[in-house]
Amino acid sequence: MRYSGLAAVLLASAPPLAAETHIIAPGDGAQERLQEALILAQPGDTIMLEAGRFALSDGLSLDVEGVTVRGAGMDATVLDFTGQQGAGEGLLVTSDNVTLRDFALENPKGDGIKSKGADMIVYYRIRVTWTGGPLATNGAYGIYPVESTGVLVESCEVSGASDAGIYVGQSRAITVRYNLAADNVAGIEIENSRDALVTHNLVTRNTGGILVFDLPGLPVMGGGNVDVINNTVVGNDTPNFAPPGNIVAGVRRGTGIMVMANDGVKIVANRLDRNPTAQVMVIAYPQPFDDPRYNPLPRDILIADNQFERGGDDPQIDGKDALLAAFGGALPPVLWDGLGDMPLGLAKFGRKVQALNLNLPKQGAGLGGARPEPLALPALVPTPPPPGAAVLPKPGAPTALEARLK
Amino acid sequence: MRRGLGLLALACAVFGGALSHATVIEPEPVNDAAITAATLPKALSEFAFFQDGRAQHPAARVHPYALNTPLWSDGADKLRFIYLPEGTQLAADGEGLLRFPVGAAIIKTFAFGDGPDRRLIETRVLLHRADGWVALPYRWNAEQSDAALALTGGRIDLVTPAGAAISYAIPNKNQCKTCHSKDDAVIPIGPKARNLSLAWLAQMAADGALDRVPQGAGQLPDWAAHPSGPATPLARAYLDVNCAHCHQPGGGASNSGLDLRWEQDDRHALGIMKRPVAAGRGAGGHDFAILPGQPDASILAYRMASSEAGIAMPELGKASVDSDGVAVVRRWIAEMDAQ
Repeated sequence: MRYSGLAAVLLASAPPLAAETHIIAPGDGAQERLQEALILAQPGDTIMLEAGRFALSDGLSLDVEGVTVRGAGMDATVLDFTGQQGAGEGLLVTSDNVTLRDFALENPKGDGIKSKGADMIVYYRIRVTWTGGPLATNGAYGIYPVESTGVLVESCEVSGASDAGIYVGQSRAITVRYNLAADNVAGIEIENSRDALVTHNLVTRNTGGILVFDLPGLPVMGGGNVDVINNTVVGNDTPNFAPPGNIVAGVRRGTGIMVMANDGVKIVANRLDRNPTAQVMVIAYPQPFDDPRYNPLPRDILIADNQFERGGDDPQIDGKDALLAAFGGALPPVLWDGLGDMPLGLAKFGRKVQALNLNLPKQGAGLGGARPEPLALPALVPTPPPPGAAVLPKPGAPTALEARLK
Repeated sequence: MRRGLGLLALACAVFGGALSHATVIEPEPVNDAAITAATLPKALSEFAFFQDGRAQHPAARVHPYALNTPLWSDGADKLRFIYLPEGTQLAADGEGLLRFPVGAAIIKTFAFGDGPDRRLIETRVLLHRADGWVALPYRWNAEQSDAALALTGGRIDLVTPAGAAISYAIPNKNQCKTCHSKDDAVIPIGPKARNLSLAWLAQMAADGALDRVPQGAGQLPDWAAHPSGPATPLARAYLDVNCAHCHQPGGGASNSGLDLRWEQDDRHALGIMKRPVAAGRGAGGHDFAILPGQPDASILAYRMASSEAGIAMPELGKASVDSDGVAVVRRWIAEMDAQ
């Protein structure tokens, strides 16, 4: 009995099959040795990247399930793509149950790490840096999971992305927490995704801090059920350096947290300071579109218990001087375009959340018809859900992913 | 077993005299086990697809074929073959991909230079195993006597027929799958009935190597017409063959929402007035994948005309620009009506 109990414990803790660890050192032939290890790995294996700088000439890719790629630390193990000649990203992951941790990518020519259709993925202590600072010639996304269910991005650092530092697109069941996103166009972007938790991140010196977008014409739409909670979103005042044509090229310098379209976004208990256009912006998708499946309006948006400090004092919007004069030198913390559901607010001590309502007459017609006016957001009055109402999943990644953070 | 041995002994006794006098009568058969076993053969010669590898003379049941509109790969000459095991045949499936029996293989050799100067660079094989297709790249040696498995791909400096000095990239095994995948399974791309000539299909059917010539076969235009032929079918065929393996639902670039398949007729899915999603600097400052009438303001033409990583499309399999392909696609966009 004792023996069988011990065997059960051993079996339970044993990885599937006979998992192996493959150690890869930097130096000559690193491209081939590392790529070969990524190809020949068996499910459950770990690829250990030793400390040092790996000079890489091409993008890497992983297509084996259940593999861990682990470095000696985000400052110790650096995959250097400065000399990259091909591929659209530094590392492409297309298999499920992959863990990426404790290494860095520098200067990938396109995106940093893209994981596509890669369910149950963990990014932990990954750094992606474009070392020249904010430049339009930098790659678009630093950490880029897309079309995936089960995504955990934790304790990562991304800077210099010419689109979004951490971008989660067309995915579900997502947690993005304890990350540093600095000097990107968008710090963190959740796009066309559902059931996402964005919490305890430090988001600074970007053009826009945290974006929650839903865009038309994509295979996956209907973004929503996103919680943006307990983040520090400060000093996002970098001029927009996105290449024109991209949706984030339209983000105004100095936007803290921005919601475009989406159904159900909670912006709660964040600290926002020195975001000179707007601490929080809630708008409809601004362009004309032709997609009957798409709802361009923001619905069910809650802005509660946030700590609003300085902001809205140098907005990048037309009529800035007149608006600043009208509002006594700084716009209220929330800017709403007047389309979709009026956001609900809840401030400390029963106070109202103050907003600027642009009062746009309709979606897709530009800012021409704006009739700006102050607005105190109506308070959220909690009510029981109607009988038979669908219960939304709790936003966030499956807890099984956290077990890998050891 | 005993009976089999007995028959073999009898055969040897009867034909023994003839065999002892014969030199090379029967060419070496293709190695079926190398195709179907769960291994990664180290050398291309292990498959015995060729009687003469350097000359690319195929073995028995290795059928050469050509495509009406081919995938462009830095101007490489491509020698394409289909191997069918004895007693099997291809099955037509409408205008789409031919259906291959397990044990079949598709072989494509990439070469630069003409006549005696021709240099074989790489041979890519697709092996149809019981559990699916496996894609492997082989790199030819300097002596051109054989090609070695190149799991991690590689780079070779060469000058293209157009005169561009490039670092030619042999794809690694994963990159093979990047293009050859749909819904996460490896599949062939090229041999679709619509992109094969009716004459070849008829000959294959007559030889018993294909069950029938399907409706819709051969409808893609012959790329040789590209300088002056009608732009729409040429451009649509080019995009189908060069781009749509990723840019389709279930393909490697499905998240872009761009669908460049021949059969797609939704204008937005084809990129017309479609805004970029994750193009980054690949957008080149333009607002739409295709702006009708304005190739200079269309992201599609901009990315095709680039050879810079992070901008260039396709992302894999090209290090230089296909000026013929760009010209046809630009002509198609220029002739396009706004509605």
